[in-house]
Amino acid sequence: MTTADPISGVFAALADPTRRAILARLAQGEATVNELAAPFPISVQAVSKHLNVLEKAGLIVRTREAQWRRCRIEPAPLRDIAGWVAQYRLLWEERYDTLGTYLDDLQREQQ
Amino acid sequence: MNTIAISTPSPTELVMSRTFDAPRALVWAAHTEAEHLRHWWGRGNPLDVTIDFRVGGTWRFVETADGTEHPFRGEFREISAPETFTWTFEYEPMAGHVAVETFVFTEEAGRTTVTSTTRFTSQEDRDGMLQSGMEQGANQSYAALDAYLIKIS
Repeated sequence: MTTADPISGVFAALADPTRRAILARLAQGEATVNELAAPFPISVQAVSKHLNVLEKAGLIVRTREAQWRRCRIEPAPLRDIAGWVAQYRLLWEERYDTLGTYLDDLQREQQ
Repeated sequence: MNTIAISTPSPTELVMSRTFDAPRALVWAAHTEAEHLRHWWGRGNPLDVTIDFRVGGTWRFVETADGTEHPFRGEFREISAPETFTWTFEYEPMAGHVAVETFVFTEEAGRTTVTSTTRFTSQEDRDGMLQSGMEQGANQSYAALDAYLIKIS
């Protein structure tokens, strides 16, 4: 099994509660690493590691202005996942609607 | 009543629930026997079904839609008839992206509810997710993320 495909990478990045909290914070607007680290009882270095994972998954981008690196959320992968879940739902709705009709027909035949 | 309830308890899990006007034995058979599966799993499209329904047995469904073949495959991990089974699920063009799906069948007053839990990632990712998913505060960050997803979609 591999996590090489983009969706798996995004899911893996989202699997950690600290990373989800960081994304939730960035959903409100850009922030520096120090600002992002402030609410957490963990070091700036630990937050940086989480940011590396998020950046690798394409969920955030980091800009460099002088020595201040600001982080900003990148909506595309999240939008992909939301779209993917919606597609999955549609697929199963069709499948289960077909099953519902089939089960009705089967039971009518049995009677 | 006959709509799918869907929830995402964690970013790597999708839970769906659907109730059918049929006894559990029949709904179970519809999910596990080739002659039933080919009538519904393809959503009205032709479906070629190969299924060896036992633990360690494999399955392969090929749905033909608009002249294109869509092959799905996997293996049965757990079976406890007629309550639950777990299979792996893979869409062949996206080989390596393996989901694990558990189906649970419950009957009440002659109606059967099927609840499926789909986990979308590799074993390592899933274990990490299960550990982290239990932690406090996750719901709050989800609420914020949900609001954001609504905003961008």
